[in-house]
Amino acid sequence: MIRLGDVGLRAGAFVVRDVTLEVAEGEYFVLMGQTGSGKSLLIKCICGLIRPSTGCVCIDGRDVSRLEPRLRDVGYMPQDCGLFPHLNVLRNITFSLRARGMRRRPAERRTRPLIDMLGLDYLLRRRVAGLSGGERQKVALARALAGKPKVLLLDEPVSALDEPTRREVCADLRRVQTQLGISTVHVCHSLAEAQSVADRVGVMHQGTIHQAGTVEELTQNPASDAVARLMGIADCGSAGSQLG
Amino acid sequence: MLRLVRWARRNALAAVTIACLAGFVLAVLAIIAADLTSEFFEWSRLTGLFAQKHVVTAIQLSAVTSGTTLGLVVLICVPAGYALSRYRFPGHAVVDTIIDLPIVMPPLAIGVSLLVLFASPPGRWLDDRMLAVGWDRNAAAGIVICQFLLSAPFAIRAAKSAFDAVDPSLEDLARTLGCTRGAAFRRVALPLAKGGIFAGCIMAWARAVGLYGPLMVFVGCVRGKSEVLPNTIYLEISTGGIEVALAATMLMIAAAGVALVAIHGLSGGRRWWGA
Repeated sequence: MIRLGDVGLRAGAFVVRDVTLEVAEGEYFVLMGQTGSGKSLLIKCICGLIRPSTGCVCIDGRDVSRLEPRLRDVGYMPQDCGLFPHLNVLRNITFSLRARGMRRRPAERRTRPLIDMLGLDYLLRRRVAGLSGGERQKVALARALAGKPKVLLLDEPVSALDEPTRREVCADLRRVQTQLGISTVHVCHSLAEAQSVADRVGVMHQGTIHQAGTVEELTQNPASDAVARLMGIADCGSAGSQLG
Repeated sequence: MLRLVRWARRNALAAVTIACLAGFVLAVLAIIAADLTSEFFEWSRLTGLFAQKHVVTAIQLSAVTSGTTLGLVVLICVPAGYALSRYRFPGHAVVDTIIDLPIVMPPLAIGVSLLVLFASPPGRWLDDRMLAVGWDRNAAAGIVICQFLLSAPFAIRAAKSAFDAVDPSLEDLARTLGCTRGAAFRRVALPLAKGGIFAGCIMAWARAVGLYGPLMVFVGCVRGKSEVLPNTIYLEISTGGIEVALAATMLMIAAAGVALVAIHGLSGGRRWWGA
């Protein structure tokens, strides 16, 4: 479970302020917003790469606001996957276990169920340079999950993919998340993408979360024009008429 | 020949630029060929020339000092290059410029400056307690100081460029995957930058091996005491020993060749022949 309490942070001139949010145990939460709305900053704040200037970040009931990223029990998958080009697929997947001192063989054994779940067996000895977009996403997902984190943070995981691959990867994400029952925050700016995976959606605009709820709730009662626009409605006043 | 002239007329720019390139390459090849085919030198006497006591001493001193310098370069310049690449601190641009000073300063001027530094009270204190850098005391220490100061900038610059090419977000990612900052450096940044770092270190070593002018000023050039291979060449030329000078020259050309092959090999490999 993730709980953000009045989180504020600053990156240059951009400010994220008063973000309060709860993602329940095993929930798939999608954070939507236009480019530059602060979604990625918030994700980086949860995983510890940026420290909040105010408020607290709690993961699984523990305040991790001042902890280093490695101590937060998070799996983070950035927009470009961030696969390590000097390691092959298997070494990428076992990276977090090896970094925590586990030997090579036990690390490989421990990641085996994950590799099978994502169907990555045929890729294990390949260098990451030759992988397709979809394969890269799956390897990055396996790597993020290998350390058995309590929380999975996905920063626009499918934005660089073509439509069929995007649908396939989204289906994989949802399937794996359901199987593992892991609390997940997924950042995107596509309503279709959010609908395909989300239990709940939050809309972020200019550094604050305007509204959070199910896609239906947000579509029927958008709290602001920004939410309405992201839900594909002209403005919040016209929500009822469009739906009606 | 006629075809070549026709081609040159059609491609004037290519002809002029390639001619410049060919002229320089021919000049370099000419000096190496001149060494190898010199009438002052007999290949059959090579072993004997290298067996002379002062030549052996010079080779040993060159190897020990340049090896020590290389060790210092690895220990100091790689972290320094990383700091320059990753951190922005007050005076960053000034530091970045100062690092290049030993590259652009005349080497002799650095030798003189070192001499003055070690004649000053703090320099004398350091010299008396730790280094004893004179030719008659600890020549190797003085040689290493000179070599390090003049070769380190090449390694720092190469390390900085190599780390610049590594996306810092990969290190951030490694930190979310269980690494401390140090472990992220060791497991991600260092392996990704190693080609450029090795190339820079080898370049620094090659510069250190060939250093001569500042050593003459700072440590002196005394046979068997502060004699490294470049000094041997100078001393032999001064006393008419052209044969030994040529032998030492060829040894240094061979070392430079090995260094260049290693640098190009580490910079991602290269086809040595063909376009």
